[in-house]
Amino acid sequence: MEFFGIHSLRKTLAHWIPPGFRKISPVFDPSLAGRSGLVSESIHRSLKQGIHLPEHKDETCGLPIRQFPFTPLIILPMVQHAGVPSQIVVREGQEVERGQLLATAGGYLSVPQHAPVSGIVQKIGHVPTISGKMVQGIYLKTFPFSSQEVVEGKPIDAETATRAEILQSIQNAGIVGLGGAAFPTHAKLKIPAGKHCDVVILNGIECEPYLTTDHRVMLEQADDIMRGIRYLLKATDARQVIIAIGGNKPDAASHLATKIPNGEPVSIRMIPVKYPQGAEKMLVTALLGYEVPSGKLPIEVGAVVINVATAAEIGRLLPHGRGIQERVITITGPGVKKKGNYLMPIGTPLRFVLEQVGVEDNSSLVCMGGPMMGVAVSNLDISITKGTSGILVFTGNADNPADKIYPCIHCGACVAACPMSLDPAKLGILAKFAAYDDMAEKYNLMDCFECGACAYVCPSHIPLVHYFKLSKNRVKKRSMAKTMHDSSG
Amino acid sequence: MLNKTLNIAASPHITRGISIVDIMRNVVWALLPVTAFAVYAFGLGALMLLITTTFSAVLTEHVLCRINRKESTVSDWSAVITGLLLGLTLPPGLPLWMAFVGGVISIALGKFAFGGLGYNAFNPALVGRAVLQAAFPAAMTTWHPAFLSDRFSAFPAATFTLPFMEPATDGLTGATPLTVLSLATDGFTGATPLAAFKFERITTETADLALGLISGSTGETCAILIILGGIYLIARNMMNWRIPVSILSTVFVLSGIFYLTDNPIYPSPFFMLFSGGLMLGALFMATDTVGSPITPAGAWLYGVIIGLLVVVIRLWGGLPEGVMYAILLGNALSPHIDNLIRPRVYGTTTRENSHASKAFIRTIRQQPENAPGDGQHRVDLRPDHRTDLSGHTVTDSPAQGRSAGESDFQGHSGNDHKKDISD
Repeated sequence: MEFFGIHSLRKTLAHWIPPGFRKISPVFDPSLAGRSGLVSESIHRSLKQGIHLPEHKDETCGLPIRQFPFTPLIILPMVQHAGVPSQIVVREGQEVERGQLLATAGGYLSVPQHAPVSGIVQKIGHVPTISGKMVQGIYLKTFPFSSQEVVEGKPIDAETATRAEILQSIQNAGIVGLGGAAFPTHAKLKIPAGKHCDVVILNGIECEPYLTTDHRVMLEQADDIMRGIRYLLKATDARQVIIAIGGNKPDAASHLATKIPNGEPVSIRMIPVKYPQGAEKMLVTALLGYEVPSGKLPIEVGAVVINVATAAEIGRLLPHGRGIQERVITITGPGVKKKGNYLMPIGTPLRFVLEQVGVEDNSSLVCMGGPMMGVAVSNLDISITKGTSGILVFTGNADNPADKIYPCIHCGACVAACPMSLDPAKLGILAKFAAYDDMAEKYNLMDCFECGACAYVCPSHIPLVHYFKLSKNRVKKRSMAKTMHDSSG
Repeated sequence: MLNKTLNIAASPHITRGISIVDIMRNVVWALLPVTAFAVYAFGLGALMLLITTTFSAVLTEHVLCRINRKESTVSDWSAVITGLLLGLTLPPGLPLWMAFVGGVISIALGKFAFGGLGYNAFNPALVGRAVLQAAFPAAMTTWHPAFLSDRFSAFPAATFTLPFMEPATDGLTGATPLTVLSLATDGFTGATPLAAFKFERITTETADLALGLISGSTGETCAILIILGGIYLIARNMMNWRIPVSILSTVFVLSGIFYLTDNPIYPSPFFMLFSGGLMLGALFMATDTVGSPITPAGAWLYGVIIGLLVVVIRLWGGLPEGVMYAILLGNALSPHIDNLIRPRVYGTTTRENSHASKAFIRTIRQQPENAPGDGQHRVDLRPDHRTDLSGHTVTDSPAQGRSAGESDFQGHSGNDHKKDISD
């Protein structure tokens, strides 16, 4: 509840409350004392704005990751990542083994794709994606009685490989950010000339409600994460690694602390629960105290932020030289019958997933990703991609924004919520008047990362984030049109 | 389920579950104790007055919505608040037709002339009161004593004055004996403590002020119930606590400083706090979100300005009471406060624009507005053409090739936004 800044009053009061009675108490395990990976709560500047959300994580955070059944038909779009589409290297009718290369990277900002199942390439054509666009893709028919063994590739050893080799093998494995943005990881780890990476931050905040994939990955794939950290340290030449974990996951923190090998420069920090603490910039500020300059990446202040699940994937795939074929997905929400965390082959059609877990009759909205930043699905024939962290099914209108939009009453709830200290109320009014230039020039529209905090708190139910997404799109198009005009004329 | 139609909405897919209707309704609930006390203290006259202002405000809102061919916005409770607040600031013996006019003016001039809810620059109830004060200065300063013994059986004489007639001021118009007594003996018998102090240097006990055992506007007398209502709203996160805190502390500190000079023209700070409309104004009128600044720092400044104006008008102005004008002036300053105080955006060094925006501006500036050979180099700003699942070409918006200045947000909720703009 974040309204009229009452939270700051509570925060002031919280200083007078003895630490034991505070909502977030530091996790300290006496058996860990003296070891390198001590769990600490020392943070520089945790999120000042932001909001407290109902978490809804209890339903799935205790459920272990389970293998999801193989679907009879895999639908694999060639655009699963931010960047250039992958280039298909198989032909129709070709039999492929699980883990076999199906498509190569289409450029530097692109990744290859591997067969999620053993099967036969039924068709190469257009496949639907969540954005509504049809893109080039592969329909892969699963062999019904295959053992689904994964082909081995050329292993990469963290100790002997060079930086370039590790980056190349991360690209070859098809790894992208598994937190949701699906930015190719090798491009993120490539430190630009003149910059130096001081610290690698593993993001285990998972501040979106409902989602528990990172939580389960930290509990069940701690060894993979530690192995991944070695590759990350080598690839970035960083001095230390900080694993940032949300304050609602003390079990993950203490479990990871026991797994840190002696002598590794790894520390674990617990950060109080608040949304959007898991956003890259917010996390860097909380841990290092620096603000990432507007329009720049965290490397500007010497940090690289990687999702814990991505790190686990690096640690699992690189020693075998394999490509990514599956990922952990939380399937939950009021409309799901068999909630849980599932290890799911990439490309599994959404319709198959929903049939397997079962949905309630009054389900009304299916969302891919978290409830705050995820995208409502308009077509059940799209498939799970590398960036899908969760599938949520909402019922009725209980969790949906109200239909009626009232005028802005200038209450300031959005201003108190915005983690970037923007003025969403003003931006919303300007958006209505299509004053995109004013929005970008005077009110820093381009700094908005669409976390949704403003629209969540708005008592007038104004779809602010929707406005900002459209406006940003329009600003980008205009500036692109300008540059094109300049170069042509 | 898998065969049925799914909803599609922009993220976020969850909301806090509070709408402005909830906030407005809670404000009305927070005002109910004060209203009940007003009726208890001033009897039938106050009851009729409050009913009249509320009714006229709601009726005006409904009629104006209908005239503008819009869906009636009565159900959002904001007109009820305006009417109720207006009634609470009026003298309890005010002729009902004046109260009715006040309600109409509050909504029509204070709210609809600016574009309705969310666009009113000034607190609508105070606009109505200011107009009444200017139009009917005598009636607006004729105070009716509280706790008359016949208050539940008889109306004040002036209550049923016909429009454009002089309100009853003496026994000749058939007033009840007590009203005749109170009005005939002395203009200030029922005077507010502030007026009494201003003109006759009579101070009132702070306890009487806090408990409301005094004369005054209908709803401003019982400070304790007003504070309780405010605490309820603050506890429910429905009121910006910074505004009343800064107004009241400014008034207290400033008047305290002057009180220490020991000059008899300066009343005690407690008297300043609890007398007149300060409590009602600071808690329920200055906190009207539409007319107050949006940032926390702005809210502090706004409160300090209002507090300062209240003290200045009360101590050195010609009027005994200055809360109404102080808040209206504060409302007028609030957009400027918002322009003045803007939080530093994350990742930028000062209030100046971010790096990315600067780069963007540079791109814009390099581009002359009307490039030579304009016809051949016109930039196509139409949205991308995309194909939907059935292979048809779709675009972002129904209208293609629209001018760049047109709004893009008609897709989300039909014509609502367009209407909002034309308001």
